[in-house]
Amino acid sequence: MDGKVLTITSGKGGVGKTTATANLGAGLADSGKKVVCIDADIGLRNLDVVLGLENRIVYDLVDVVEGRCRTRQAMIRDKRLSELYLIPAAQTRDKSAVSPSDMVRLCDELRQEFDWILIDSPAGIERGFRNAIAPADIILVLTNPEVAAVRDADRIIGIVEAEEKNPPKLVINRIKADMVRRGDMLSVEDVLELLAIDLIGMVPEDESVIQATNRGMPVVLDGKSRAGQAFRNIASRLLGKDVPFMSMEEEGGFLGRLSRLIRPGGN
Amino acid sequence: MPTLFDRLLNRPPKSAQQAKERLKLVLIHDRTDLTASMLESMKDEIIQVISRHVEIVAQEVRIEMTQDGRQQRLIADIPLKTVKRRRLG
Repeated sequence: MDGKVLTITSGKGGVGKTTATANLGAGLADSGKKVVCIDADIGLRNLDVVLGLENRIVYDLVDVVEGRCRTRQAMIRDKRLSELYLIPAAQTRDKSAVSPSDMVRLCDELRQEFDWILIDSPAGIERGFRNAIAPADIILVLTNPEVAAVRDADRIIGIVEAEEKNPPKLVINRIKADMVRRGDMLSVEDVLELLAIDLIGMVPEDESVIQATNRGMPVVLDGKSRAGQAFRNIASRLLGKDVPFMSMEEEGGFLGRLSRLIRPGGN
Repeated sequence: MPTLFDRLLNRPPKSAQQAKERLKLVLIHDRTDLTASMLESMKDEIIQVISRHVEIVAQEVRIEMTQDGRQQRLIADIPLKTVKRRRLG
């Protein structure tokens, strides 16, 4: 097997990297791919709780890199998807415990066994971020339609370009269609014009993400969630399928538009 | 851009529009490390160099940074003084 390494990064914290990693991992696994997610945020691990696997951790990424366990022993199999695994971050160490070449070596080993290796990058542009992008074949830059997140995304894109990696792809997360319509939130077109890279997905703001995270269940597995649908679409595009971008409207479709016509300004 | 209607009513531009305009400028400077004062001194030097060869209208020279995809472009607009030739004849 010759797996692909996909890194999810953003520069700014809190834009949804961990949620995106969990959901793309689950989405790819749900499409029948064998997937491992690596939490590269050493000292601030969270991918375990988002996936609902926090009670099963025995070994972590630093244990693997320092040879205290075999890679397989640190991989936790998901409760719902038998082809989804997690390698958790260490919680009591700092980012200098792992180097970019450690990550390259580990991913080369995992490529033999997995179709996809997803890396959840920490915020910032220091060591942890360098670790996360070093082995990447594909880099997804995640941002929100908001000034600080777009500015930091631009810095990240600049660094990735300087590293001569493949051009990163953009995911715009937490879009509020009603605010965009009122002219109070940057639109997808605005963000694309500013950042000038290819878009691979846009995800609406959706309360079901918080509900799913509360339960430790990736929202892609919730067939009714709009954010879940958006993440499924991104997973399909990663698999080479040509999926049209969905509407960001809260009540997409004819009825939603009709109700807005009847109650202008409402919703 | 604010609509004509907004301008007639003297309404401030929408906040998303302001965000976009501010980001445009911030990103140009983040990407190039060029400050406004560096641009200004560059402009003075360019005026000096070009003036050595041809007469220009120094006060109308404009140097601007623009974005072309992810590439930054420095555009210089340098008006030349019209040379008045006397017709021989």
